[in-house]
Amino acid sequence: MNVLDFAHAFFNDSAHWHGYDGIPTRFTEHLTYSLEALLIAAAIGLPVGLLTGHTGRGGNALALIATAGRALPSFGLLVLMVIWIGLGMLPVMIPLVVLAVPPILVTSYEAIRSVDPSPVDAARGMGMPEARVLFQVEVPVALPLILSGLRTAAIQIVSTATIAAYVGLGGLGRYIIDGLYQKNYEKVVGGATLVAGLALATLAVFWAASRLTVSPGVRRGG
Amino acid sequence: MAVDRLSLEIPDRAITVLVGPSGCGKTTTLRMINRMVEPSEGSILLDGRDIRQQPVNTLRRSMGYVIQNAGLFQHRTILDNIATVPRLLGWGKQKARARAAELMERVGLDTALAKRYPYQLSGGQQQRVGVARALAADPPVLLMDEPFSAVDPVVRKGLQDELLRIQDELGKTIVFVTHDIDEAIKLGTKVAVLRTGGRLAQFAPPAELLSAPADSFVEDFLGADRGIRRLSFFPSAGLELQTAPIVAIDADAARLASRAPAAPFLLVTDLDGRPLGWSEPDRLTAGAIDPGRLLDFGRPFVPGTDSLRTALDGAVLSPTGWAVAVDGEGRAVGVVSQQVIGEAIRAAHSGVAEREDAEAGR
Repeated sequence: MNVLDFAHAFFNDSAHWHGYDGIPTRFTEHLTYSLEALLIAAAIGLPVGLLTGHTGRGGNALALIATAGRALPSFGLLVLMVIWIGLGMLPVMIPLVVLAVPPILVTSYEAIRSVDPSPVDAARGMGMPEARVLFQVEVPVALPLILSGLRTAAIQIVSTATIAAYVGLGGLGRYIIDGLYQKNYEKVVGGATLVAGLALATLAVFWAASRLTVSPGVRRGG
Repeated sequence: MAVDRLSLEIPDRAITVLVGPSGCGKTTTLRMINRMVEPSEGSILLDGRDIRQQPVNTLRRSMGYVIQNAGLFQHRTILDNIATVPRLLGWGKQKARARAAELMERVGLDTALAKRYPYQLSGGQQQRVGVARALAADPPVLLMDEPFSAVDPVVRKGLQDELLRIQDELGKTIVFVTHDIDEAIKLGTKVAVLRTGGRLAQFAPPAELLSAPADSFVEDFLGADRGIRRLSFFPSAGLELQTAPIVAIDADAARLASRAPAAPFLLVTDLDGRPLGWSEPDRLTAGAIDPGRLLDFGRPFVPGTDSLRTALDGAVLSPTGWAVAVDGEGRAVGVVSQQVIGEAIRAAHSGVAEREDAEAGR
């Protein structure tokens, strides 16, 4: 049997579409973990990135934190957190957030830093308050880059959220881990296919969001 | 120190140009007026009040601000770019946009561009938008920081003419920074020449700058041909024009013979009176004048509208040494020799000297 046959068998088994271990339930769990992690990471990364980008201060400290965050292995962090805190949602969220903050932080910082200084100077010279300079002049122009940072983070979260299954939680990782344990390769392949599909769907969502929110005057530049 | 103990009184409703080499502090001086740069000591008064007495953003909204690369907001349409300050002042969207559309016409922009984005406009058009945006809330003061430096010379000339036209209509108090002395002389009611360190070298109307530079620094900065450039400020209206050397292309032999002694050359015009070219009288045959064999007449000037500089330029360009004067429709109204123009220049100089003496003795 090859991979396609496994996948075919998995998705055609009606038992996989119902109940607490059904695809809709696991999918929803996975999506919920991912969204929560992304929201927390954005709530930390965006304000810090935008503010440091706007003031131009703290870039070096930022790069250090980001490098450190990227260097930490998610799985190792998960095990460490479980030993330290015990089982539950928190030890799963921490590695996911640690994974997602650096791309959000660094790209939003870089995005604001790289905005052409002359419209910013013009805005200040016309008497625009600082907050408006940031949100009405810098952010709209930096938006494509900011969104790309969020997109990178979101895809990494979606792929990595499978680790939640290691500590007894749900999500699509359940199929992969249970499948490996039970030597049920249909399940492993099915779970992996679903995760890959969700990652691609995330890409599509960000593409649509960028079409909707980025001004046509900015978009043509790439 | 960027600007050191500079003291300037900027006249109302006139264009004051700050000019000087790079690093002379002219931009810093301008940016101190809207507090983009805060002076370490000293004060700036606007209508007798220290500019620090009002909130910084209130001050800035009361002054139009135009910068080198226009600094347009690329995510906003042209109309919304222009409406920026009215929106900051709390105008409704409709009112601000209506005002913006009005401004587009004022600065010579096609209102069909209203819904475009900045990247769809040429550099010159973007700079017009920059000027319109600065004028949107009708501020009494306009600060312009090398606004036309980044566009090509032809577009720059168009923008300069447009600024002078707008200034004629609106009478703003404009402070204009440039490193281009020709631009300063063309636009300035008064020109402040700054030297490195923000020290004032001379503050005078452009004609005075050209006739009496304060020191060798100003003289060097003005360049080699300031005598010629100064002629821009003398009108050509007083030039004594001769009409005798003008003949139409269909002139008969008797007419040609009667005009021949008037000048070493005759100017041939078409039947409407537009100049065709010069010729020596004995080379002209009545009824058989070939326009292709005439000498080029250079560039004509319009008496009254053009300056003595344009008249002299026309005479220098003409192979005969005579300049052609035309009316608004391009019809020849007279010719004038370099000698006559030279006399007019001398008369104009002595006239200025007499006026200055009279003012000094007052």
